[in-house]
Amino acid sequence: MRYLPKSPTDREQMLREIGVSSIDEFFAAIPAEYRLKRDLKVPRQMSESEIIDYFRQRSQENAAGYAVFLGAGAYHHYRPVIIDALVQRGEFLTSYTPYQAEITQGTLQAIFEFQTMICELTGMDIANASMYDGSTGAAEAILMAMRVTGREHSVIAKTVHPEYREVIHTYLHHRGLPMVTVGYAEESGAINLDELDRAITSDAACVLIQSPNFLGSVEDVAAIAEIAHNKGALLVVSIAEALSLGIVKPPAEADIVSLEAQSFGVPLGFGGPYDGVLAAKEKYVRQMPGRLVGETKDKNGKRGYVLTLSTREQHIRREKATSNICTNQALVALMSTIYMDVYGREGLKELATQNLAKAHYAANQFGKKATILFPKAKRFNEFVVQTKQDPHGANDRLLEKKIIGGLPLKRFYPELGNAALWCCTEMNTREQIDAALEAVQA
Amino acid sequence: MIRKVSQHVNQNEGLIFEKSSPGKKAYRLPPLDVPEIDPGKLLGEHAREDLGLMPEISEIEIIRHFTRLSTWNYAIDLGMYPLGSCTMKYNARVNEFVARLEGLGNAHPYQPEKISQGALAILKLLSECLCEITGMETITLQPAAGAHGEFTGILLIRAYHESKGNPRRKIIIPDSAHGTNPATAAICGYEIINLKSNSEGMVDVSLLAQLVDDTVAGMMLTNPSTIGVFEKDIHRIADLLHDKGAMLYMDGANMNALVGKTRPGDFGVDVMHLNLHKTFSTPHGGGGPGSGPVACKKVFDSFLPTPVLTTRPDGKLGFEYNRPQSIGRVRAFYGNFGMFVRALAYIFANGPDGLRQTTEDAVLNANYIRKKLEGAYELPYKTGSMHEVVFSDRLQTQNGVKTGDIAKRLIDYGFHPYTTSFPLIVPGALMIEPTESESKEELDLFIDAMKSIAREAQEDPQLVVSAPHNTRVARLDETTAARKPTLRWRPEQSEARRPAAVVKPELVETR
Repeated sequence: MRYLPKSPTDREQMLREIGVSSIDEFFAAIPAEYRLKRDLKVPRQMSESEIIDYFRQRSQENAAGYAVFLGAGAYHHYRPVIIDALVQRGEFLTSYTPYQAEITQGTLQAIFEFQTMICELTGMDIANASMYDGSTGAAEAILMAMRVTGREHSVIAKTVHPEYREVIHTYLHHRGLPMVTVGYAEESGAINLDELDRAITSDAACVLIQSPNFLGSVEDVAAIAEIAHNKGALLVVSIAEALSLGIVKPPAEADIVSLEAQSFGVPLGFGGPYDGVLAAKEKYVRQMPGRLVGETKDKNGKRGYVLTLSTREQHIRREKATSNICTNQALVALMSTIYMDVYGREGLKELATQNLAKAHYAANQFGKKATILFPKAKRFNEFVVQTKQDPHGANDRLLEKKIIGGLPLKRFYPELGNAALWCCTEMNTREQIDAALEAVQA
Repeated sequence: MIRKVSQHVNQNEGLIFEKSSPGKKAYRLPPLDVPEIDPGKLLGEHAREDLGLMPEISEIEIIRHFTRLSTWNYAIDLGMYPLGSCTMKYNARVNEFVARLEGLGNAHPYQPEKISQGALAILKLLSECLCEITGMETITLQPAAGAHGEFTGILLIRAYHESKGNPRRKIIIPDSAHGTNPATAAICGYEIINLKSNSEGMVDVSLLAQLVDDTVAGMMLTNPSTIGVFEKDIHRIADLLHDKGAMLYMDGANMNALVGKTRPGDFGVDVMHLNLHKTFSTPHGGGGPGSGPVACKKVFDSFLPTPVLTTRPDGKLGFEYNRPQSIGRVRAFYGNFGMFVRALAYIFANGPDGLRQTTEDAVLNANYIRKKLEGAYELPYKTGSMHEVVFSDRLQTQNGVKTGDIAKRLIDYGFHPYTTSFPLIVPGALMIEPTESESKEELDLFIDAMKSIAREAQEDPQLVVSAPHNTRVARLDETTAARKPTLRWRPEQSEARRPAAVVKPELVETR
C-alpha cells in the first residue's frame, strides 16, 4: 500500500523488538466472535490513475461548463488562482488546530487577520475563527442570544434561508425552546414590521433576520434593531451572500452577525465545506462559541498570537461549554482570508457593484416578459421571477442550452405560485442573461 | 543531539494590514457588459460608502505573506505529528486533485438532480463503504464534524426514545471521554451521568450496571478508549444498556484502531460517528473542515436528517425530503461534500487489504513507541495498547518538569508535541498517537528525542521547563491574552509597536 512507509522487514523487526510473534497479539482484547475474519467489501485497491478516472467519470455525469443562475445560499463567484496555490501548501493543509502556538503562528496570524476583516465588513467588534456554515452558525447565534438574555424564545423571519430555519428548528425544538416565524411584506419582500412588533414578547431572546433575505430583499436593519431592542431582545443578522457587504451597509445595529462567507473564494462544492463565522458586539465575547485568536507577546516581548478565552470551550468546560463545536472550517476560512486580501477595500466594492448591475439588468429584462415580485425591494444580486408556467419547464429547456435557471420556490414558499429565485453574479455574461430570458418566455 | 532539525533562516512578516496602501491591487475585473448603475440610487440609504480597514495589496505581496506565514507552521508534511486522539495521518494529494475536478468542485447544491448524478453516486458509494466498515445498516453524511456528528447521533437516540413515548433524561459518559461528549449531551437536553473508570482505565461494568435504568437514554463510549485500550467487555456493556432499552453510542474518534479488524455494528454499537478528517485522511487544515457521518442500525433509519439519498424507480439517484419522523436537518445542503470525495479516494487507494494493513501499522507503531519509552516515562495503565499509548509525567514532575514542558521541548527536537493533559483520568498525561504514516526511521528519531528529554528532565530540568528555545516566538503570554483580549487589529496597535530592532543573525546551538 503506497501510503504506508514500511517494508515487510521493518514490520518483522519492530514486532521482534516489541517481543511479540504476530500483529494479532495487539488485537487480542477484541473478543474472538467480533474479530473480522474476511476482507471488507469495499472496492479493491486502486492505482492513482484509476482513482482519477473514477472521479473524472463522476465529474462528467455532473454538470460542468454550465451557466449558473442559482444562488439561494451558495454563490458562483470567481475564485482567484492564488487561493488554491496557497491553501494547498502542506504547512496550512496538513497542520492541526493551533494549540501549540510556537509552531502554528502562521495559522494563528491568518485567523487573526480573518477575524479583523470580518469585523470590518460586518461592523461588529469581535469575530470568531469560524463555524461549520451559515445554517449552524445562525442556530449557534440564537443559542448565544439566549445565554446573553436569559430568555428562551426566538423570533425568526420567514425570509431567513428555509434550510437555515430547518437547522435552527432541529437545534431548538427538542429542548422545548419555542420559535415563531414572522412573514414578509407583499410589496418589498422584507420582514413585516408590524407583525414583527407583535411577535416579540418579553420572553424573546432574539430576532433573527437575513439580509439580503432569501427572496433577495435588503432589510432595514436599523428599524428592526430598534423594534427588537425596545423589547429587550437581541438582533441577530444572518448574511448568506457575503459579497453584499461590499456595497450594502453593514448591519452595525445588530448584536450578533452570522455570516456565511462561501462567496469569498470558497468553491460551490455541491454544498460544502463552506465557511460560517459569528461576529458580535464586544460585550458578548464570553458567550461566543468556537475558537478565538488573540494577540499577545512572548517572554521577549515579541508579538504573537494564541487561541484564547478557551474556558468557553468544551475541552475545558465540558457540559457547561458555550457549544460542543471543536473542529471548525479553518482551511476554508483561510480561502476567504486570501480572497478578501485579493479584492480588498476597493475590489470588494467594485465586484459587488458589478453584481448589482448584472442583477439589475437581468431583473429589468425578465420584467418585460414576466412578473418580478416585490417591486419595492432594494436588492443585491437575487430577484424573484413569477411566470404563468411552472418554472421547472423553463429550466428543462434551459438545460439544453447549458444554462441552469433560477431555483423554483414552490418547495419553500408555495404561496408565491410559479416563482423562481434567480441570481446574477459577475460570472453571468449579458449573453447568458439574454439567452436565459429567451427560454423563459418560450 | 538533535538529529531531525537544524536552524534555518525564517522570514519575518507583519500583518497584512501593515502592508496596505491606497491604490495597490491584486485583481482586475472584466469590463462590465451591462449598463452601469448607481448603487446610491438602487440601494438608497442601504448603500455602503466605505470598506474601512480592508487591505489594499498586490498579488506578489499576498503570495509572500501567506508563504512566509506557512513556514511558521509545523505540519504532517514536515514530520511526525503524534497528537493523541487526532489521527494526524498522511493526507494524499490525489484527494485534493479529484476534489477540485470541475464537475465536483463547482457543482451548485441546488442544480437539478439529473445533472448531479455523479455527485450523488459518490454519496451512495461512500455511504455503502462506511456502513460496511462500521458494520452498520444506515448512515447520514450531513454532519460537518465529529462533535456535530455526536449531536446528530444523540438526537437520533432521543427521537427513537420519543417514538416509544419518552425521550428519557440521562446520558452516561465515562470520565475518560473527550469534552465534546458531555457538551453534546447537554446541548441535546440530557443530564450527564459521569461514569468513573476502573483501575485499568476502562468502563467499570459493575458500576455501570448500578447506573443503568429506564431513565437512561444511552451511553457515549469511545472505543478504543482515550487511553488507547479496547473495551474487552464491550458486549456486556451493550447488553446492560440494551436490557434497559438504552442505546450504545460510539465516538468513532479512534476508529483508526479498528478498520478492517472489527466492526462496531457487530459488537453491539447502535449509533456512531466517524471523523473523516481522522480515520479517512481528509486534511485537518489548521482546525477544519471536518466531516462527521453518523452510521447506525436500521431502527434509526426513519429518524435520519433530511434529505435522505434514494434510488428512484428509473434507477436515477435523488434526495427524499418527505420524512415525517426525521430529527430534521442538522446543516444546510448535504454536508461537507468535498470531504466525501477525499474520503472515498482514500478508501480506493487502500482497498480492503490496505485498510487492514493501515490499522495494523497504526497499532504496531503505537506499541513500538510504548515498548521503547516504557521506563523513561511512567505507563499508568498497563493494559494492552492499540493505536495510541498514554504515559504520565510522574517521573519527571519529581524534577518539576510537567507534560506541557516535555511537549514544548519536543518542538526543539523537530516534532509536534503529543496531546498533553488528556485524558483527564491520567494526571499529567502524554497521549501519543503516531498513526500508520510513520516509518521506522521517523519513529526512532521520535523515540530518541523523547528519551533525550527524559534525561534532560533529570540532568537539566530548567532547559526543559523553559523550552522551546529554537522557535520564532517563545512561550506566549496566554494569561494577558485572556484577561485583556485583543481579538482584532486596529491601526494604533501597529503604531504602538517599537521599531524592529536589528537582529544579529545568531547560531543557536543544537544539542
